[in-house]
Amino acid sequence: MVISCASVLAILGFLAYFALPIFAGGHLGEIFSWEWRPFQGQCGILPMAVGSFLLAVTAMGLAYPLGLGICGFAHGLGPRWLRRPLLGLIHFLTSIPTVIYGFVSVIFLVPLVRGIFPESTGYSWLTAALTLSLMVLPTIVLLIQAQLQQVDGRVRLASAALGFSPAQTFLWVLGPQASRGLWAAAVLGFSRALGDTIIALMVAGNAPQVPHSLLDSIRTLTAHIALVVATDSTSQAYQSIFASGLILFMVTTAINLTLRRLQSGTRPAASHD
Amino acid sequence: MLSRKKAALVLILMLTVILGTVPPLWAQDPLAPFKTLEGKIDIAGGTAHIPVMTEAAEQIMKANPKIRITVAGGGSGVGVQKVGSGLVDIGNTGRALTPAEVSKYGLKTFPFAIDGVAVALNPQNPVSALTSQQVRDIFAGKIKNWKEVGGADAPIHLFTRDEASGTRETFWKKLLKKGPIDAKANIVASNGAMKMALAQDSRAIGYLGIGFVDQKVKAIKLDGAEPTQENAKSGAYQVTRLLFMNTKGDPQPLLLAFINYIKGPRGAKIIQKHGFIPIQK
Repeated sequence: MVISCASVLAILGFLAYFALPIFAGGHLGEIFSWEWRPFQGQCGILPMAVGSFLLAVTAMGLAYPLGLGICGFAHGLGPRWLRRPLLGLIHFLTSIPTVIYGFVSVIFLVPLVRGIFPESTGYSWLTAALTLSLMVLPTIVLLIQAQLQQVDGRVRLASAALGFSPAQTFLWVLGPQASRGLWAAAVLGFSRALGDTIIALMVAGNAPQVPHSLLDSIRTLTAHIALVVATDSTSQAYQSIFASGLILFMVTTAINLTLRRLQSGTRPAASHD
Repeated sequence: MLSRKKAALVLILMLTVILGTVPPLWAQDPLAPFKTLEGKIDIAGGTAHIPVMTEAAEQIMKANPKIRITVAGGGSGVGVQKVGSGLVDIGNTGRALTPAEVSKYGLKTFPFAIDGVAVALNPQNPVSALTSQQVRDIFAGKIKNWKEVGGADAPIHLFTRDEASGTRETFWKKLLKKGPIDAKANIVASNGAMKMALAQDSRAIGYLGIGFVDQKVKAIKLDGAEPTQENAKSGAYQVTRLLFMNTKGDPQPLLLAFINYIKGPRGAKIIQKHGFIPIQK
Protein backbone atom coordinates (compact mmCIF):
# COMPACT_ATOMS: atom_id res chain seq x y z
CA MET A 1 0.00 0.00 0.00
CA VAL A 2 2.73 2.41 1.03
CA ILE A 3 4.86 1.40 -1.92
CA SER A 4 2.06 1.76 -4.43
CA CYS A 5 1.07 5.15 -3.03
CA ALA A 6 4.68 6.29 -3.10
CA SER A 7 5.20 5.14 -6.66
CA VAL A 8 2.04 6.87 -7.84
CA LEU A 9 3.14 10.07 -6.15
CA ALA A 10 6.63 9.66 -7.58
CA ILE A 11 5.20 9.33 -11.09
CA LEU A 12 3.05 12.40 -10.58
CA GLY A 13 6.02 14.34 -9.23
CA PHE A 14 8.21 13.22 -12.11
CA LEU A 15 5.62 14.19 -14.72
CA ALA A 16 4.92 17.50 -13.07
CA TYR A 17 8.64 18.26 -12.80
CA PHE A 18 9.26 17.61 -16.47
CA ALA A 19 6.07 19.31 -17.60
CA LEU A 20 6.95 22.34 -15.48
CA PRO A 21 9.00 24.14 -18.18
CA ILE A 22 5.89 24.09 -20.36
CA PHE A 23 3.83 25.86 -17.73
CA ALA A 24 6.60 28.14 -16.54
CA GLY A 25 8.01 28.99 -19.96
CA GLY A 26 4.74 30.27 -21.34
CA HIS A 27 4.52 27.40 -23.83
CA LEU A 28 1.17 26.34 -22.47
CA GLY A 29 -0.74 27.92 -25.34
CA GLU A 30 1.53 26.20 -27.85
CA ILE A 31 1.11 22.75 -26.35
CA PHE A 32 -2.64 23.12 -25.89
CA SER A 33 -3.35 24.08 -29.48
CA TRP A 34 -4.72 22.32 -32.53
CA GLU A 35 -1.70 22.12 -34.84
CA TRP A 36 1.05 19.49 -34.64
CA ARG A 37 3.86 20.64 -36.95
CA PRO A 38 6.98 20.38 -34.80
CA PHE A 39 9.39 21.51 -37.52
CA GLN A 40 7.40 24.72 -37.84
CA GLY A 41 7.41 25.12 -34.07
CA GLN A 42 3.76 24.12 -33.58
CA CYS A 43 3.45 21.40 -30.98
CA GLY A 44 -0.27 21.22 -30.21
CA ILE A 45 -1.56 18.04 -28.63
CA LEU A 46 -5.28 18.80 -28.52
CA PRO A 47 -6.02 16.66 -31.62
CA MET A 48 -4.42 13.72 -29.79
CA ALA A 49 -6.47 14.38 -26.65
CA VAL A 50 -9.61 14.40 -28.79
CA GLY A 51 -8.41 11.25 -30.56
CA SER A 52 -7.85 9.42 -27.28
CA PHE A 53 -11.25 10.40 -25.97
CA LEU A 54 -13.16 9.53 -29.15
CA LEU A 55 -11.41 6.20 -29.54
CA ALA A 56 -11.98 5.16 -25.94
CA VAL A 57 -15.64 6.18 -26.04
CA THR A 58 -16.39 4.37 -29.31
CA ALA A 59 -14.51 1.26 -28.27
CA MET A 60 -16.53 1.21 -25.05
CA GLY A 61 -19.71 1.92 -26.99
CA LEU A 62 -19.08 -1.25 -28.95
CA ALA A 63 -17.70 -3.44 -26.20
CA TYR A 64 -20.00 -2.59 -23.31
CA PRO A 65 -23.34 -3.69 -24.79
CA LEU A 66 -21.62 -6.77 -26.16
CA GLY A 67 -20.13 -7.55 -22.77
CA LEU A 68 -23.46 -7.04 -21.08
CA GLY A 69 -25.06 -9.33 -23.63
CA ILE A 70 -22.49 -12.03 -23.02
CA CYS A 71 -23.08 -11.82 -19.27
CA GLY A 72 -26.82 -12.04 -19.81
CA PHE A 73 -26.24 -15.02 -22.02
CA ALA A 74 -24.19 -16.70 -19.33
CA HIS A 75 -26.78 -15.94 -16.64
CA GLY A 76 -29.96 -17.50 -17.80
CA LEU A 77 -30.65 -15.97 -21.22
CA GLY A 78 -28.66 -18.55 -23.14
CA PRO A 79 -28.49 -22.33 -22.98
CA ARG A 80 -26.64 -23.56 -19.89
CA TRP A 81 -24.22 -25.82 -21.77
CA LEU A 82 -22.85 -22.82 -23.69
CA ARG A 83 -22.01 -20.91 -20.56
CA ARG A 84 -18.71 -22.59 -19.75
CA PRO A 85 -17.23 -22.52 -23.27
CA LEU A 86 -18.28 -18.89 -23.67
CA LEU A 87 -16.70 -17.73 -20.43
CA GLY A 88 -13.69 -19.90 -21.19
CA LEU A 89 -13.28 -18.08 -24.46
CA ILE A 90 -13.47 -14.72 -22.68
CA HIS A 91 -10.84 -15.88 -20.20
CA PHE A 92 -8.67 -16.92 -23.11
CA LEU A 93 -9.07 -13.48 -24.67
CA THR A 94 -7.55 -11.86 -21.59
CA SER A 95 -4.41 -13.92 -22.00
CA ILE A 96 -3.66 -12.71 -25.55
CA PRO A 97 -1.00 -9.99 -25.56
CA THR A 98 -2.32 -6.68 -26.87
CA VAL A 99 0.23 -6.56 -29.66
CA ILE A 100 -1.30 -9.73 -31.13
CA TYR A 101 -4.66 -7.95 -31.43
CA GLY A 102 -2.88 -5.12 -33.22
CA PHE A 103 -0.96 -7.40 -35.52
CA VAL A 104 -3.93 -9.54 -36.50
CA SER A 105 -5.92 -6.37 -37.06
CA VAL A 106 -3.26 -4.97 -39.42
CA ILE A 107 -3.37 -8.17 -41.44
CA PHE A 108 -7.13 -8.83 -41.52
CA LEU A 109 -9.20 -5.88 -40.38
CA VAL A 110 -7.28 -3.06 -42.06
CA PRO A 111 -7.60 -4.55 -45.58
CA LEU A 112 -11.24 -5.38 -44.86
CA VAL A 113 -12.10 -1.81 -43.90
CA ARG A 114 -10.14 -0.51 -46.91
CA GLY A 115 -12.00 -2.95 -49.17
CA ILE A 116 -15.41 -1.81 -47.94
CA PHE A 117 -14.57 1.92 -47.86
CA PRO A 118 -12.15 2.61 -50.75
CA GLU A 119 -11.58 6.25 -49.75
CA SER A 120 -10.11 5.10 -46.46
CA THR A 121 -6.63 3.64 -46.04
CA GLY A 122 -8.02 1.14 -43.55
CA TYR A 123 -5.85 2.61 -40.80
CA SER A 124 -8.63 4.49 -39.10
CA TRP A 125 -10.64 5.40 -36.04
CA LEU A 126 -13.14 2.68 -36.98
CA THR A 127 -10.53 -0.07 -37.29
CA ALA A 128 -8.89 0.92 -34.02
CA ALA A 129 -12.25 1.11 -32.24
CA LEU A 130 -13.23 -2.38 -33.42
CA THR A 131 -9.90 -3.88 -32.38
CA LEU A 132 -9.83 -2.06 -29.09
CA SER A 133 -13.38 -3.11 -28.25
CA LEU A 134 -12.29 -6.72 -28.56
CA MET A 135 -9.36 -5.98 -26.27
CA VAL A 136 -11.46 -4.41 -23.49
CA LEU A 137 -14.30 -6.91 -23.80
CA PRO A 138 -12.83 -9.47 -21.35
CA THR A 139 -12.28 -6.77 -18.72
CA ILE A 140 -15.91 -5.76 -18.95
CA VAL A 141 -17.29 -9.28 -19.00
CA LEU A 142 -15.17 -10.54 -16.12
CA LEU A 143 -16.00 -7.60 -13.87
CA ILE A 144 -19.74 -7.82 -14.48
CA GLN A 145 -19.59 -11.58 -14.29
CA ALA A 146 -17.85 -11.52 -10.91
CA GLN A 147 -20.55 -9.32 -9.47
CA LEU A 148 -23.40 -11.28 -11.04
CA GLN A 149 -22.05 -14.50 -9.66
CA GLN A 150 -22.19 -13.10 -6.13
CA VAL A 151 -25.77 -12.03 -6.53
CA ASP A 152 -26.98 -14.90 -8.68
CA GLY A 153 -26.89 -17.65 -6.05
CA ARG A 154 -28.72 -15.50 -3.54
CA VAL A 155 -31.64 -14.39 -5.65
CA ARG A 156 -32.08 -16.91 -8.42
CA LEU A 157 -34.26 -19.35 -6.53
CA ALA A 158 -36.25 -16.59 -4.92
CA SER A 159 -37.01 -14.89 -8.21
CA ALA A 160 -37.81 -18.19 -9.87
CA ALA A 161 -40.19 -18.95 -7.04
CA LEU A 162 -41.86 -15.63 -7.66
CA GLY A 163 -42.46 -16.68 -11.22
CA PHE A 164 -39.86 -14.55 -13.04
CA SER A 165 -38.59 -15.89 -16.33
CA PRO A 166 -34.78 -16.02 -16.74
CA ALA A 167 -34.88 -12.86 -18.88
CA GLN A 168 -36.95 -11.02 -16.30
CA THR A 169 -34.64 -12.20 -13.54
CA PHE A 170 -31.63 -10.81 -15.40
CA LEU A 171 -33.25 -7.52 -16.29
CA TRP A 172 -35.13 -6.71 -13.07
CA VAL A 173 -33.31 -8.60 -10.35
CA LEU A 174 -29.73 -9.42 -11.24
CA GLY A 175 -29.02 -6.25 -13.20
CA PRO A 176 -29.99 -3.75 -10.52
CA GLN A 177 -28.37 -5.84 -7.79
CA ALA A 178 -25.11 -5.93 -9.70
CA SER A 179 -25.12 -2.28 -10.63
CA ARG A 180 -21.84 -1.62 -8.84
CA GLY A 181 -20.18 -4.23 -11.01
CA LEU A 182 -21.78 -2.63 -14.07
CA TRP A 183 -20.32 0.74 -13.15
CA ALA A 184 -16.94 -0.68 -12.27
CA ALA A 185 -16.82 -2.48 -15.61
CA ALA A 186 -17.66 0.71 -17.47
CA VAL A 187 -15.10 2.78 -15.62
CA LEU A 188 -12.29 0.27 -15.74
CA GLY A 189 -13.02 -0.67 -19.34
CA PHE A 190 -12.88 2.98 -20.31
CA SER A 191 -9.55 3.50 -18.60
CA ARG A 192 -8.11 0.41 -20.27
CA ALA A 193 -9.29 1.69 -23.65
CA LEU A 194 -7.83 5.10 -22.90
CA GLY A 195 -4.52 3.66 -21.75
CA ASP A 196 -3.96 1.29 -24.65
CA THR A 197 -0.96 2.23 -26.80
CA ILE A 198 -0.01 -0.49 -29.19
CA ILE A 199 -3.37 -1.04 -30.89
CA ALA A 200 -3.80 2.68 -31.52
CA LEU A 201 -0.21 2.93 -32.72
CA MET A 202 -0.57 0.00 -35.11
CA VAL A 203 -4.00 0.54 -36.64
CA ALA A 204 -5.37 4.03 -35.95
CA GLY A 205 -3.12 5.66 -38.58
CA ASN A 206 -1.58 8.23 -36.21
CA ALA A 207 -2.36 11.34 -38.26
CA PRO A 208 -2.38 14.27 -35.80
CA GLN A 209 -5.79 15.59 -36.76
CA VAL A 210 -9.32 15.87 -35.44
CA PRO A 211 -11.26 13.25 -37.39
CA HIS A 212 -14.27 14.19 -39.49
CA SER A 213 -15.49 10.65 -39.90
CA LEU A 214 -14.98 7.18 -38.47
CA LEU A 215 -12.82 6.42 -41.50
CA ASP A 216 -10.26 9.12 -40.79
CA SER A 217 -6.84 8.41 -39.37
CA ILE A 218 -6.43 9.51 -35.73
CA ARG A 219 -3.65 9.68 -33.15
CA THR A 220 -4.11 9.02 -29.44
CA LEU A 221 -2.08 10.59 -26.63
CA THR A 222 -0.53 7.23 -25.85
CA ALA A 223 0.53 6.62 -29.46
CA HIS A 224 1.78 10.19 -29.55
CA ILE A 225 4.10 9.53 -26.63
CA ALA A 226 5.35 6.36 -28.27
CA LEU A 227 6.06 8.17 -31.54
CA VAL A 228 7.68 11.28 -30.09
CA VAL A 229 9.75 9.68 -27.33
CA ALA A 230 12.39 8.81 -29.92
CA THR A 231 12.94 12.39 -31.10
CA ASP A 232 15.75 14.68 -30.05
CA SER A 233 15.21 15.09 -26.31
CA THR A 234 16.25 18.74 -26.40
CA SER A 235 13.37 19.76 -28.68
CA GLN A 236 10.08 21.29 -27.75
CA ALA A 237 8.21 18.44 -29.41
CA TYR A 238 9.75 16.19 -26.79
CA GLN A 239 8.27 18.27 -23.98
CA SER A 240 4.79 17.69 -25.37
CA ILE A 241 4.99 14.07 -24.25
CA PHE A 242 5.14 15.13 -20.61
CA ALA A 243 2.03 17.21 -21.07
CA SER A 244 0.40 14.19 -22.76
CA GLY A 245 1.50 11.99 -19.89
CA LEU A 246 0.15 14.42 -17.36
CA ILE A 247 -3.25 14.54 -19.06
CA LEU A 248 -3.46 10.74 -19.22
CA PHE A 249 -2.32 10.41 -15.64
CA MET A 250 -4.86 12.87 -14.32
CA VAL A 251 -7.71 11.34 -16.28
CA THR A 252 -6.89 7.80 -15.16
CA THR A 253 -6.46 8.98 -11.58
CA ALA A 254 -9.86 10.63 -11.70
CA ILE A 255 -11.29 7.41 -13.09
CA ASN A 256 -9.68 5.36 -10.36
CA LEU A 257 -10.95 7.65 -7.64
CA THR A 258 -14.44 7.29 -9.07
CA LEU A 259 -13.99 3.56 -9.02
CA ARG A 260 -12.90 3.60 -5.38
CA ARG A 261 -15.94 5.59 -4.40
CA LEU A 262 -18.11 3.08 -6.20
CA GLN A 263 -16.45 0.17 -4.47
CA SER A 264 -16.52 1.67 -1.01
CA GLY A 265 -20.24 2.37 -1.29
CA THR A 266 -21.54 0.24 1.58
CA ARG A 267 -25.14 0.06 0.55
CA PRO A 268 -26.00 -2.82 -1.78
CA ALA A 269 -26.32 -0.21 -4.49
CA ALA A 270 -28.76 0.60 -7.20
CA SER A 271 -32.07 -0.41 -5.73
CA HIS A 272 -32.04 3.02 -4.10
CA ASP A 273 -31.42 5.10 -7.22
CA MET B 1 45.75 -7.00 -9.28
CA LEU B 2 44.44 -3.72 -10.52
CA SER B 3 47.71 -2.80 -12.15
CA ARG B 4 47.84 -6.17 -13.86
CA LYS B 5 44.37 -5.54 -15.23
CA LYS B 6 45.45 -2.14 -16.38
CA ALA B 7 48.55 -3.59 -17.96
CA ALA B 8 46.42 -6.11 -19.79
CA LEU B 9 44.18 -3.32 -21.02
CA VAL B 10 47.16 -1.32 -22.23
CA LEU B 11 48.48 -4.42 -23.94
CA ILE B 12 45.16 -5.03 -25.64
CA LEU B 13 45.00 -1.42 -26.65
CA MET B 14 48.51 -1.55 -28.09
CA LEU B 15 47.74 -4.79 -29.86
CA THR B 16 44.64 -3.32 -31.40
CA VAL B 17 46.52 -0.26 -32.53
CA ILE B 18 49.26 -2.42 -33.97
CA LEU B 19 46.76 -4.72 -35.65
CA GLY B 20 44.96 -1.74 -37.00
CA THR B 21 48.04 -0.12 -38.42
CA VAL B 22 49.81 -3.12 -39.91
CA PRO B 23 47.38 -4.19 -42.59
CA PRO B 24 49.33 -6.36 -45.05
CA LEU B 25 49.94 -9.28 -42.72
CA TRP B 26 46.60 -9.23 -40.95
CA ALA B 27 44.27 -8.03 -43.68
CA GLN B 28 43.76 -11.65 -44.74
CA ASP B 29 41.63 -12.33 -41.69
CA PRO B 30 39.46 -9.40 -40.62
CA LEU B 31 38.34 -11.41 -37.59
CA ALA B 32 41.89 -11.59 -36.21
CA PRO B 33 41.60 -8.47 -34.01
CA PHE B 34 38.82 -10.16 -32.06
CA LYS B 35 40.94 -13.21 -31.12
CA THR B 36 42.50 -11.47 -28.15
CA LEU B 37 39.36 -9.65 -27.02
CA GLU B 38 36.35 -10.51 -24.94
CA GLY B 39 33.33 -8.71 -23.51
CA LYS B 40 29.91 -7.47 -24.48
CA ILE B 41 28.70 -4.90 -26.99
CA ASP B 42 25.15 -3.57 -26.83
CA ILE B 43 23.87 -1.81 -29.91
CA ALA B 44 20.60 0.11 -30.35
CA GLY B 45 19.09 2.84 -32.52
CA GLY B 46 18.34 3.25 -36.23
CA THR B 47 16.25 0.47 -37.70
CA ALA B 48 17.93 0.58 -41.12
CA HIS B 49 21.20 -0.50 -39.49
CA ILE B 50 19.86 -3.66 -37.90
CA PRO B 51 20.49 -6.22 -40.68
CA VAL B 52 24.11 -5.08 -41.11
CA MET B 53 24.81 -5.02 -37.37
CA THR B 54 23.20 -8.41 -36.79
CA GLU B 55 25.15 -10.16 -39.51
CA ALA B 56 28.48 -8.66 -38.44
CA ALA B 57 27.68 -9.60 -34.84
CA GLU B 58 26.96 -13.20 -35.83
CA GLN B 59 30.25 -13.53 -37.68
CA ILE B 60 32.24 -12.09 -34.79
CA MET B 61 30.48 -14.12 -32.09
CA LYS B 62 31.01 -17.28 -34.14
CA ALA B 63 34.72 -16.56 -34.43
CA ASN B 64 35.06 -15.76 -30.73
CA PRO B 65 32.34 -17.01 -28.36
CA LYS B 66 33.76 -14.87 -25.56
CA ILE B 67 32.33 -11.82 -27.28
CA ARG B 68 28.60 -11.15 -26.89
CA ILE B 69 26.88 -8.61 -29.13
CA THR B 70 23.22 -7.59 -28.84
CA VAL B 71 21.41 -5.56 -31.48
CA ALA B 72 18.17 -3.64 -30.87
CA GLY B 73 16.19 -1.00 -32.76
CA GLY B 74 14.30 2.03 -31.46
CA GLY B 75 15.11 4.65 -34.07
CA SER B 76 17.80 7.27 -34.45
CA GLY B 77 16.62 9.37 -31.50
CA VAL B 78 16.62 6.38 -29.17
CA GLY B 79 20.10 5.48 -30.40
CA VAL B 80 21.42 8.88 -29.35
CA GLN B 81 19.69 8.85 -25.97
CA LYS B 82 20.75 5.32 -25.10
CA VAL B 83 24.39 5.68 -26.03
CA GLY B 84 24.47 9.13 -24.46
CA SER B 85 23.19 7.86 -21.13
CA GLY B 86 25.47 4.82 -21.23
CA LEU B 87 22.72 2.21 -21.65
CA VAL B 88 24.31 0.86 -24.83
CA ASP B 89 27.81 0.96 -26.28
CA ILE B 90 26.92 1.91 -29.83
CA GLY B 91 23.94 4.11 -30.74
CA ASN B 92 23.07 4.02 -34.42
CA THR B 93 21.62 6.98 -36.25
CA GLY B 94 20.41 7.43 -39.79
CA ARG B 95 21.19 11.13 -39.60
CA ALA B 96 24.12 13.28 -38.53
CA LEU B 97 24.13 14.17 -34.84
CA THR B 98 22.95 17.65 -33.99
CA PRO B 99 25.54 19.93 -32.37
CA ALA B 100 23.37 19.93 -29.24
CA GLU B 101 23.53 16.14 -29.04
CA VAL B 102 27.29 16.04 -29.54
CA SER B 103 27.95 18.61 -26.82
CA LYS B 104 25.38 17.23 -24.38
CA TYR B 105 26.66 13.64 -24.45
CA GLY B 106 30.21 13.93 -25.83
CA LEU B 107 29.56 11.54 -28.70
CA LYS B 108 32.00 10.33 -31.39
CA THR B 109 30.46 9.55 -34.73
CA PHE B 110 31.47 6.97 -37.36
CA PRO B 111 29.75 7.08 -40.78
CA PHE B 112 29.95 3.68 -42.48
CA ALA B 113 27.39 3.49 -45.29
CA ILE B 114 25.27 5.44 -47.72
CA ASP B 115 21.57 4.66 -47.78
CA GLY B 116 19.13 5.85 -50.40
CA VAL B 117 15.52 6.62 -49.58
CA ALA B 118 13.16 5.40 -52.29
CA VAL B 119 9.62 6.54 -53.00
CA ALA B 120 7.62 3.35 -53.16
CA LEU B 121 4.16 2.18 -54.24
CA ASN B 122 2.22 -1.05 -54.28
CA PRO B 123 3.39 -3.33 -57.14
CA GLN B 124 -0.15 -3.30 -58.57
CA ASN B 125 -0.04 0.44 -59.14
CA PRO B 126 0.54 1.16 -62.87
CA VAL B 127 2.52 4.34 -62.05
CA SER B 128 6.26 3.69 -62.08
CA ALA B 129 7.86 7.13 -62.40
CA LEU B 130 7.16 10.53 -60.86
CA THR B 131 8.90 13.89 -60.87
CA SER B 132 10.12 15.46 -57.61
CA GLN B 133 7.47 18.14 -58.03
CA GLN B 134 4.72 15.54 -58.33
CA VAL B 135 5.93 13.80 -55.17
CA ARG B 136 6.00 17.14 -53.36
CA ASP B 137 2.43 17.93 -54.48
CA ILE B 138 1.23 14.46 -53.52
CA PHE B 139 2.67 14.69 -50.02
CA ALA B 140 1.43 18.26 -49.60
CA GLY B 141 -2.07 16.99 -50.35
CA LYS B 142 -2.44 19.03 -53.57
CA ILE B 143 -2.62 15.96 -55.79
CA LYS B 144 -5.25 13.66 -54.31
CA ASN B 145 -6.04 11.19 -57.10
CA TRP B 146 -3.79 8.74 -58.95
CA LYS B 147 -5.31 9.74 -62.32
CA GLU B 148 -3.65 13.15 -62.00
CA VAL B 149 -0.26 11.47 -62.32
CA GLY B 150 -1.20 8.88 -64.93
CA GLY B 151 -2.65 6.18 -62.71
CA ALA B 152 -6.10 4.74 -62.07
CA ASP B 153 -9.01 6.88 -60.91
CA ALA B 154 -8.50 6.23 -57.21
CA PRO B 155 -7.70 8.31 -54.14
CA ILE B 156 -4.07 8.49 -53.06
CA HIS B 157 -3.34 6.99 -49.65
CA LEU B 158 -0.44 8.82 -48.01
CA PHE B 159 1.96 7.06 -45.65
CA THR B 160 4.76 8.82 -43.81
CA ARG B 161 7.08 8.22 -40.85
CA ASP B 162 7.23 9.81 -37.40
CA GLU B 163 9.40 12.85 -36.67
CA ALA B 164 12.13 10.78 -35.00
CA SER B 165 12.80 8.86 -38.20
CA GLY B 166 16.08 9.41 -40.06
CA THR B 167 14.39 8.11 -43.21
CA ARG B 168 11.72 10.79 -42.88
CA GLU B 169 14.30 13.48 -42.31
CA THR B 170 16.21 12.51 -45.46
CA PHE B 171 13.04 12.32 -47.53
CA TRP B 172 11.75 15.62 -46.18
CA LYS B 173 14.99 17.55 -46.62
CA LYS B 174 16.31 16.09 -49.86
CA LEU B 175 13.12 15.41 -51.78
CA LEU B 176 10.34 17.53 -50.29
CA LYS B 177 12.79 20.42 -49.76
CA LYS B 178 11.27 20.83 -46.29
CA GLY B 179 7.84 21.24 -47.86
CA PRO B 180 4.63 20.41 -46.00
CA ILE B 181 3.32 16.90 -45.41
CA ASP B 182 -0.49 16.61 -45.33
CA ALA B 183 -1.74 16.20 -41.75
CA LYS B 184 -4.08 13.47 -43.01
CA ALA B 185 -1.13 11.22 -43.88
CA ASN B 186 -0.94 7.98 -41.93
CA ILE B 187 2.15 7.64 -39.79
CA VAL B 188 3.96 4.34 -39.37
CA ALA B 189 6.73 3.75 -36.86
CA SER B 190 9.37 1.77 -38.80
CA ASN B 191 10.71 0.86 -42.24
CA GLY B 192 9.20 -2.59 -41.79
CA ALA B 193 5.76 -1.22 -40.95
CA MET B 194 6.00 1.06 -44.01
CA LYS B 195 6.75 -1.90 -46.27
CA MET B 196 3.81 -3.80 -44.83
CA ALA B 197 1.44 -0.86 -45.35
CA LEU B 198 2.58 -0.34 -48.96
CA ALA B 199 2.49 -4.04 -49.79
CA GLN B 200 -1.15 -4.28 -48.68
CA ASP B 201 -2.63 -1.17 -50.23
CA SER B 202 -2.78 -0.69 -54.01
CA ARG B 203 -3.46 3.05 -53.59
CA ALA B 204 -0.64 3.77 -51.18
CA ILE B 205 2.46 5.90 -51.57
CA GLY B 206 5.26 6.07 -49.05
CA TYR B 207 9.03 5.99 -48.76
CA LEU B 208 11.61 3.66 -47.26
CA GLY B 209 15.30 2.84 -47.21
CA ILE B 210 16.53 1.24 -50.46
CA GLY B 211 17.78 -1.69 -48.38
CA PHE B 212 14.17 -2.55 -47.52
CA VAL B 213 12.92 -2.57 -51.12
CA ASP B 214 12.02 -6.00 -52.49
CA GLN B 215 9.34 -7.45 -54.76
CA LYS B 216 6.61 -6.67 -52.22
CA VAL B 217 6.83 -2.95 -53.00
CA LYS B 218 7.68 -0.95 -56.10
CA ALA B 219 10.39 1.68 -55.85
CA ILE B 220 9.69 4.27 -58.53
CA LYS B 221 11.96 6.32 -60.79
CA LEU B 222 12.38 9.85 -59.55
CA ASP B 223 12.99 12.46 -62.27
CA GLY B 224 14.07 9.53 -64.43
CA ALA B 225 16.62 8.15 -61.97
CA GLU B 226 16.20 4.61 -60.68
CA PRO B 227 16.74 4.39 -56.90
CA THR B 228 19.60 1.90 -56.98
CA GLN B 229 22.89 1.57 -55.15
CA GLU B 230 24.82 2.49 -58.31
CA ASN B 231 22.81 5.67 -58.90
CA ALA B 232 23.10 6.65 -55.26
CA LYS B 233 26.85 6.17 -55.45
CA SER B 234 27.26 8.10 -58.70
CA GLY B 235 25.02 10.90 -57.48
CA ALA B 236 22.40 10.35 -60.19
CA TYR B 237 19.94 9.54 -57.40
CA GLN B 238 20.14 12.19 -54.75
CA VAL B 239 17.73 11.24 -51.99
CA THR B 240 20.46 9.68 -49.88
CA ARG B 241 21.80 9.81 -46.36
CA LEU B 242 24.70 8.47 -44.35
CA LEU B 243 24.34 5.77 -41.71
CA PHE B 244 26.32 6.35 -38.52
CA MET B 245 27.52 4.43 -35.51
CA ASN B 246 28.05 6.62 -32.44
CA THR B 247 29.98 6.00 -29.25
CA LYS B 248 30.25 7.98 -26.05
CA GLY B 249 33.79 9.34 -26.08
CA ASP B 250 36.57 7.40 -27.81
CA PRO B 251 35.64 3.74 -28.34
CA GLN B 252 37.14 1.02 -26.13
CA PRO B 253 39.32 -1.62 -27.85
CA LEU B 254 36.48 -4.05 -28.44
CA LEU B 255 34.21 -1.31 -29.78
CA LEU B 256 36.99 -0.01 -31.99
CA ALA B 257 37.56 -3.49 -33.35
CA PHE B 258 33.85 -3.79 -34.11
CA ILE B 259 33.73 -0.41 -35.83
CA ASN B 260 36.83 -1.27 -37.86
CA TYR B 261 35.25 -4.58 -38.83
CA ILE B 262 32.12 -2.83 -40.10
CA LYS B 263 34.24 -0.31 -41.98
CA GLY B 264 36.63 -2.97 -43.28
CA PRO B 265 36.36 -5.27 -46.33
CA ARG B 266 34.18 -7.89 -44.61
CA GLY B 267 31.83 -5.19 -43.34
CA ALA B 268 31.64 -3.70 -46.81
CA LYS B 269 30.38 -7.03 -48.16
CA ILE B 270 27.67 -7.19 -45.52
CA ILE B 271 26.69 -3.59 -46.14
CA GLN B 272 26.39 -4.19 -49.88
CA LYS B 273 24.42 -7.38 -49.38
CA HIS B 274 21.77 -5.45 -47.48
CA GLY B 275 21.36 -2.78 -50.13
CA PHE B 276 23.61 -0.02 -48.82
CA ILE B 277 26.83 1.45 -50.15
CA PRO B 278 29.87 1.02 -47.91
CA ILE B 279 32.12 3.95 -47.08
CA GLN B 280 35.70 2.67 -46.88
CA LYS B 281 38.17 4.25 -44.52
